[in-house]
Amino acid sequence: MNAIIVSALLGVVMMFSGIFTTNKTIIKNIATAGVLFLLAANLMEMNNLFSFDINTHDLIVTQRYGLFFNCIAYGATFIYLLLSGSDITEVGVNVAEYFALIFFVLCGVAILSSFNGLLMLFIGVEILSIPLYILTGSDKRNLKSNEASLKYFLMGSFSTGIMLMGIALMYGATGNFGMVHGAGLRGVVTASQQPPYLLVAGVILLFASMSFKVSAAPFHFWTPDVYDGAPSVFTSFMSTIVKAAGMLAFIRVFENQYTILGPTWHIIVDFAIVSTLLIGNITAVFQQSVKRMLSYSSIAQAGFMLFALYASNTEIAKEGILLYAAAYSLATISIFAVLIKLHDYTLDGFNGLAKKEPVLAFAATVSLLSLSGIPLTAGFFAKYYVLAGALQAGGALWLIIVAVLLAAVSVYYYFRVIQAMYFKEGDPQTLPITGGFKAALIAVAALIVLLGIWPSLLLSWLYF
Amino acid sequence: MIPVLLLFIPLVAGILGFFIKDQKAASNWAIVASVITLLTAVIGIYAMPASMHQFEASWLPSIGASFSVALDGMSKMLVLLTAISMPLILIATRNNNYSNPGAFYALMSLAQVGLIGVFVSMDALLFYFFWELALIPVYFLSSIWGGEKRIAVTFKFFIYTFIGSLLMLVGILFVYLHTKDHSFAWSSFTNTDLTSGEEALPFFLFFIAFAIKMPIFPLHTWQPDAYEQAPTATTMVLSGVMVKMGLFAVIRWVLPLFPFAAHQFAMPIIILSVVGMIYASLIAIKQDDIKRLIAYSSIAHIGLMAAAIFAGGTLGLQGVQVQMFNHGINVIGLWILANAIESTLGTRKLSELGGLATKAPTMAILFVVLAFANIALPLTNAFIGEFLLFNGLFQYNIWIAAAAGVSIILGAIYTLQMVQKVLFGEVSAITENATEINAYSKWVLIVIVIAVIALGVYPQPLIDLTKDSVNALLVIK
Repeated sequence: MNAIIVSALLGVVMMFSGIFTTNKTIIKNIATAGVLFLLAANLMEMNNLFSFDINTHDLIVTQRYGLFFNCIAYGATFIYLLLSGSDITEVGVNVAEYFALIFFVLCGVAILSSFNGLLMLFIGVEILSIPLYILTGSDKRNLKSNEASLKYFLMGSFSTGIMLMGIALMYGATGNFGMVHGAGLRGVVTASQQPPYLLVAGVILLFASMSFKVSAAPFHFWTPDVYDGAPSVFTSFMSTIVKAAGMLAFIRVFENQYTILGPTWHIIVDFAIVSTLLIGNITAVFQQSVKRMLSYSSIAQAGFMLFALYASNTEIAKEGILLYAAAYSLATISIFAVLIKLHDYTLDGFNGLAKKEPVLAFAATVSLLSLSGIPLTAGFFAKYYVLAGALQAGGALWLIIVAVLLAAVSVYYYFRVIQAMYFKEGDPQTLPITGGFKAALIAVAALIVLLGIWPSLLLSWLYF
Repeated sequence: MIPVLLLFIPLVAGILGFFIKDQKAASNWAIVASVITLLTAVIGIYAMPASMHQFEASWLPSIGASFSVALDGMSKMLVLLTAISMPLILIATRNNNYSNPGAFYALMSLAQVGLIGVFVSMDALLFYFFWELALIPVYFLSSIWGGEKRIAVTFKFFIYTFIGSLLMLVGILFVYLHTKDHSFAWSSFTNTDLTSGEEALPFFLFFIAFAIKMPIFPLHTWQPDAYEQAPTATTMVLSGVMVKMGLFAVIRWVLPLFPFAAHQFAMPIIILSVVGMIYASLIAIKQDDIKRLIAYSSIAHIGLMAAAIFAGGTLGLQGVQVQMFNHGINVIGLWILANAIESTLGTRKLSELGGLATKAPTMAILFVVLAFANIALPLTNAFIGEFLLFNGLFQYNIWIAAAAGVSIILGAIYTLQMVQKVLFGEVSAITENATEINAYSKWVLIVIVIAVIALGVYPQPLIDLTKDSVNALLVIK
């Protein structure tokens, strides 16, 4: 509860901060401090020190798991602001608004990690999405940014409509919004009984719209254009924290409802996983722009996260999705932070970066290794946990093999960036780079390696 | 404690090595570190009690992975091989100059960490970690300091082995879920509830990874290119020690974990190995480039060892272990010679060489001894190894042993042809101003040649070192 209230309040604070000062640095610092405050408030609730006591009639249920996810999301946001905060202030003139919108998104994240019922899910998804439409179009003199924003908004509205339709059908079939009192809709359908078609149709519509939110195939078409068109700082935010929150919501909502579809469920998930992995990985291979490549790679990574759907109610899958969220966010935020500093987003733009800016190249390399899931980086254990979870829950071995083979494909495009940085000659032009930025990059790289050796550093927090 | 030290020393040396800028200083630093590692290995293995040969610490208790390392017979020998090879390689190539030398030597040290780690891990997840850790430094070494086509070639090598590792990871997961106590420990892995029918799938998931690394025909295509393009010091690590990872892993992980599948699929694998031997030998005969010739010859030798592993039997397995060591030092010797020729004359082409025996007599003598070792002449160390290997193969199937024997004859052809073209014949325009091999390489080669002959005459130390682990393996089977 703390996180929802504090983040919403901070959003308002940020909005007004623009009235009192026009100094970009001060606004950025207020926002960074705000995220820390939000993190502290969330930690307080997690440790039962203090929390707002509001009766939500079970629409919101805070559990340690969700609160822990908030910590990861806010921690990642803090790192994001640390690395890219000054670049946010360069996007346009309405600096305070950008930070305000980020806090509103964080409010959506908190709702998605604690909703208990489809109605709150819907509200959370909307609170999460609407600020993003604006952020995507924030570079308003840029045609690509405008196009991306409009596209995102239109497609997002459709998916919202579909989600609402699905929820309505489910409500019609069962007479409640599901998940109330933790029972889910399972009570409605016994094992032997054929579930009503209305319910099945609703579940499938919900699945489609959630797939859209996390850019799972075949509902991924908006992703490359939007991620490419949006200002890079916001792409970084959208493809990490927001996506992880969407994924968590996806998993939380289906944790209780997948039994409705019976064995068909696994066919649907298999299809979603395989097509997402295939489209993401294969298309990423052909990209010349690193930013666009990262958009496709984010589709591919979503495919891996979908494995957690397979086994959404097992311990290892739950740990896996948290670890995945942390590992993927850290790596992507850091690689985007480097990307933003370059003038040229194509692969050739990275040529010779290792000679000119060894720290940036090193940090980017660690991130890319983590994204490809090489051991000793956090990305390895993230992939390991979700795959192990799926296999343990009876996932087909062929599916896992397809996934790891496509992970090998991902090595191809991630390593092309490493090759450009280290093995090719060039003179990349960069924006001015401060010592603090380098230090922060190194710290993030160290964190990635640390999590790659002891993932339990993070996961043990979940239990005590 | 000893295995931990063996990992720790090169790790620290590697990390600190990144900060050294000077060529000589970086080289000295790496050599000193590798010599300390060697001393630790020798003292640890021969002078310390067995209780010092093991170490176990908690790592990820929630999923049953632990930092468990141990030195048993087979790993002792390969750790010794790694520890001996490193200083030899670094000293022999001391005259080579690298841009950014600190990073070069640091990555070499890190590769050593990965190699030793692979040999001492007794936990599957830890093993996987080190398996990858050995690969990453080599990837950077070859891509930054390699030949003209280095980027594409090394990338092919990397993708190849990475696909293999990922399949192995799935195999590890599969077996892990079948262990009785959900643990990654080697002892749990050898004691699963897999039925003989279920073994086939994980067997192949593991085996493909190791077959790529060895490499076994038809998964060998990355190898000659990678050997040719990598900087020579890295090639030595690759062919001297790293390919042994594949053989070692089969003996350590595949045979005890999947005894039924290993028996069931032995025949096709042996046939592939033998086909690879003959195929590689035939190609070697037609090679004009010394490096590629040695690469193909290496494929042939490894093929014989792979065949003998699957043929089973005490003698064959004993032979593999002895031969892994012998092949390691012999092939490093050959690479040192290839490096010396290339760096003094600027060419590796046999057609452009000739008459070096008159120009560089010391080198010629060393070259000839190593060439004899390469064709396993009696009194060289390779003889006893190959004798044991053939013995194992012969007991398995006489026709296969005969086919494998053909490659020995072919081996003599290409090796002697190489000797003839390099050392004898007309002095060509290029070899006109050839000089004697440099002092560093010479002394290293002398050490290797002494070892070749000493172990050829008296191979018992090697056999003693590995006897226990062969017997233990046969008990499991």
